[in-house]
Amino acid sequence: MGPYVLRRVLMAIPVLLGTTFVIYLAVYALPGDPIQALAGPNQVISPSVAQALRERFHLDQPLVVQYGLYLRGLLGGDLGTSFTGRPVTEIIAASWPVTAQLGGTAWIIMAVAGVALGVVAAVRRGAADAAVLFGTTLALGVPFFVVAYVTQIVFGVQLGWLPVSGVEAGWPLAYILPGLVLALSGLPQVARLTRTSVLDGLAADHVETAVAKGLTGTAVLFRHVVRNSLIPVVSLLGVSLGYLLGGTVLVEGIFNLPGLGYQIYTAIPQHDGPVVVGIGTMLVLVFLSVNLLVDLLYGVLDPRIRLG
Amino acid sequence: MPESPVLTVSDLHVRLGSTHVVNGAGFSLAAGRTLALLGESGSGKSVTARTIMGLIRPPHGRVTAGTVLLHGQDLLAMPEERRRALRSTTISMVFQDALSALNPVLSVGYQIAELFRAHRGMSRAEARRAAVDVLGQVRIPAAARRAGDYPHQFSGGMRQRVGIALAIALRPDVIIADEPTTALDVTVQAQILRLLGDIQREHGTALLLITHDMGVVADMADRVAVMYAGRVVEQATAAEVFARPRHPYSEALLGAIPRPHLRGRELAVISGAPPDLSVPDEGCRFRTRCRYRIEDCERNPPEHDLGGGRSTACHEWEKVGSA
Ligand SMILES: Nc1ncnc2c1ncn2[C@@H]1O[C@H](COP(=O)(O)OP(=O)(O)O)[C@@H](O)[C@H]1O
Ligand code: SF4
Ligand SMILES: [Mg+2]
Repeated sequence: MGPYVLRRVLMAIPVLLGTTFVIYLAVYALPGDPIQALAGPNQVISPSVAQALRERFHLDQPLVVQYGLYLRGLLGGDLGTSFTGRPVTEIIAASWPVTAQLGGTAWIIMAVAGVALGVVAAVRRGAADAAVLFGTTLALGVPFFVVAYVTQIVFGVQLGWLPVSGVEAGWPLAYILPGLVLALSGLPQVARLTRTSVLDGLAADHVETAVAKGLTGTAVLFRHVVRNSLIPVVSLLGVSLGYLLGGTVLVEGIFNLPGLGYQIYTAIPQHDGPVVVGIGTMLVLVFLSVNLLVDLLYGVLDPRIRLG
Repeated sequence: MPESPVLTVSDLHVRLGSTHVVNGAGFSLAAGRTLALLGESGSGKSVTARTIMGLIRPPHGRVTAGTVLLHGQDLLAMPEERRRALRSTTISMVFQDALSALNPVLSVGYQIAELFRAHRGMSRAEARRAAVDVLGQVRIPAAARRAGDYPHQFSGGMRQRVGIALAIALRPDVIIADEPTTALDVTVQAQILRLLGDIQREHGTALLLITHDMGVVADMADRVAVMYAGRVVEQATAAEVFARPRHPYSEALLGAIPRPHLRGRELAVISGAPPDLSVPDEGCRFRTRCRYRIEDCERNPPEHDLGGGRSTACHEWEKVGSA
């Protein structure tokens, strides 16, 4: 297990370098001038001020040099400075709790509801199965932002049950709607994989053994069907966390939650490269760590992998 | 029959989908004795065994008629909860392939301990000790350590010992063993059967043994039931059926082989194909392959009781084996 973990950690390094470079490239390729964007659309900036800013942020250097300088800073724990003058580490320190709460809430909703729906669809068949199939198709087909606006209007504005903007209400109230919207982006896949996996599980020979042992229906279902069937679902839940983190950019933007995603959401139109790259790197790091943990958990759940 | 039966199956009919897979199977098993269930593959032996265990259930299959009396109580008419309580405690099953019959992600000790927890209300620790004890009874070396291992870590023979451990753990009165050695190396087969026989004698368990090996029948079986196309066509003591079969199918299957030559010998392959059970048929199902066939065989033969627990389902039974 030890060498395996070490290998995975070493493998993460080139992945991390690659992704940061791609994000860097994407920000660099954004149309428009970052200095102009920083000043605002209608401001006139004197050429000497613009030049000074360009030098300060190394914008006058070729891309590769900029990236190299950035990496050098990164090694020393310096994620750079936003165009607004605030260190990126400080921005991250202030914003991550919001994203952690949002991502965690969404992930739990996705895991619990997705697995429950999948199990019910597989076990009950018939109408329940059809309803889950219909619901997941709908959730997959309707664009994300439509779902977000509709929930905001219905639950927030018309019914007035839950806040639709900001985090003043704290956890959990402020996070329920955005968490739900974010969860919906991965929930259909989780429900469907669970359903397929449980159906396969129900057909396995060892389930007959469990019945022949005289176990109760619940024990057979949970200990000998669902437990085995969840192994592939766990790995999907790990990967999904990555998509959820990506989705926070939009959801935090729409629901005005001052998290990491929100910082990226506002930094992109500003061409604020250090913020986008710094937070992006951060999110990739979280994603890679979670996937490592999930792989290790996979081994715990499936002795055939753990013991070879 | 002098002994009282512990398990009596009568007129069992089972449908899988639209196919009538079992068509009036019946036999009876005496306490502490061994009944061998013989027949070509596809004749409905496994489905009969699984029906007795209550493993054939809608939507996959349905029992359309018949009774399965265990200690005189009809399992098929019993509420599911009462029936569940009898599984493993009174009747249990050893499956053909232990690798697929065991849960791959739970340790074998846990899977055996589950029985003691579910039926004896033992605590985790007590059940675990009891499980190790049972693993010792099936002669698995270093049982205490191996209890923590998973099925894939055992050899085929050791794994089937675990399968047997599951079946004997709660000392049931009846064990059904469905070709328990066909998935194993020839060298291991004899050991597993000896183990099963030893435990049966020690515990006084009745055994319904499904097998293809006539040597095994000769060594272990007190009685034989021969199954064809979902029906038991002949029942007799092992000695009787080897000496003089009373059904053309038994005759073809067992031939007239002198006893010393039975060891390791598989059932004979007989010419012609088994009938398509999805097509309804009023006649004797064996008539397309039968050399005794007469006009009457267009009607399904009734079961003739020949006395002493012997029966045959053939119009021409008196002629069989006489030539
Ligand atoms: N799950 C199933 N679905 C449909 N048909 C089945 C199923 N299992 C067995 N059968 C059919 O039922 C018949 C009896 O099968 P089985 O009891 O397994 O035979 P045996 O054990 O005597 O070889 C065969 O024709 C087989 O094809
Ligand atoms: S009933 Fe007729 S066809 Fe069937 S086994 Fe007897 S003789 Fe053969
Ligand atoms: Mg079979």
